[in-house]
Amino acid sequence: MSELFTIFISMALVNNFILVKFLGLCPFFGVSKKLGSALSMSAAVTFVMVAASAATWLINNYILIPFGVEYMNIVMYILIIASLVQIIELFIRRTNFALYNVFGIYLALITTNCAVLGITLINTNEAFSFIESMVAALGAGVGFTLVLAIMSGIRERLELADSPKAMKGLPIAFITATMLGLAFSGFGGIV
Amino acid sequence: MAGFVREFTKGIVISNPIFILALGLCPALAVSNTIDNALGMSVGVIFVLLGANIIISLIRKSVPNIVRIPTFVVIIASFVTIVSLVFQAYVPALHESLGIYLPLIAVNCIILGRAEAFASKNPVTASIADALGISVGFALALLLIAFLREILGTGGLEVAGTSLFTLPVLSEHPLALFVLSPGAFLVIGLLLALFRRIGAIKHE
Repeated sequence: MSELFTIFISMALVNNFILVKFLGLCPFFGVSKKLGSALSMSAAVTFVMVAASAATWLINNYILIPFGVEYMNIVMYILIIASLVQIIELFIRRTNFALYNVFGIYLALITTNCAVLGITLINTNEAFSFIESMVAALGAGVGFTLVLAIMSGIRERLELADSPKAMKGLPIAFITATMLGLAFSGFGGIV
Repeated sequence: MAGFVREFTKGIVISNPIFILALGLCPALAVSNTIDNALGMSVGVIFVLLGANIIISLIRKSVPNIVRIPTFVVIIASFVTIVSLVFQAYVPALHESLGIYLPLIAVNCIILGRAEAFASKNPVTASIADALGISVGFALALLLIAFLREILGTGGLEVAGTSLFTLPVLSEHPLALFVLSPGAFLVIGLLLALFRRIGAIKHE
């Protein structure tokens, strides 16, 4: 149990996907201007990360490893993630249209989000068990959500702030990310 | 020939993937901590983009429109697998230090973006020029960031295990922030602001 907790904290805070591992930066700089859309986006990413970790774990351990074709994992994982996202999108559209309206549009973007492929590759490299992969994916998703939410709040203020002309927009967002990254590096000692 | 040169230079300056289009930021930030990593990553991206652009341009007329994205993704992922296996066999240390960022070339938006926006609509020679231009532009940006981070963060420069030079004061008191992850955000943010200030990048 404590091992699972360690994995969770390590993924969410110490090795934060956005600030430390630089995974999923496109939504971080792209959609993070409004808190509402940032939360919907990160909910969708978290959900897909957990589902993709489960699917790729099963494929890796029951197909790729027994047949000795682990080197095919990049191609396989991308195909699994792409088809999984399609299935989830179809399923949500049929069963819960309100939910589809909230994060359906983000689902299509998630296929090429490096955070999703990243977590599946990390699970494989670390040789996590099924439960450990789930917890790692959930932790990574929570860390992603946390940073996206903090950043969207800051960027709403930044829009109105009187920053130097050359700094407006993307550069100041990078500098803000530096500060956030420094703050998060304070978590370094806890695991 | 003039067309070839135009497509090539376009990628380096006018549509530099990192500084102008802000694409492919994940590897730009993650592997720009040392010049060695940046060089390795650049070689990987040049190979994958060139290979993918050539193949996609060759088969562009026989791929049905509705399955083009999955087709492109599989072609790109296959080239990434080749790069990954070659690196693992010949430069294992580099393969180790690039870690998951090497396989992540497969979902790098620059590569799928070029496949979709250029190679699927243009003949082979133009696609080769486009691939070379964009990937050299990416490599130059990555090397510039890595150069600054390594000098400020370690006080010297080391390529393939041999030290090129060390700076007197900085090597005794290196600014370790720059090789850590927040340093990557800082360097890119300041470079972007600098390029805007001197007018190299137009304001939106």
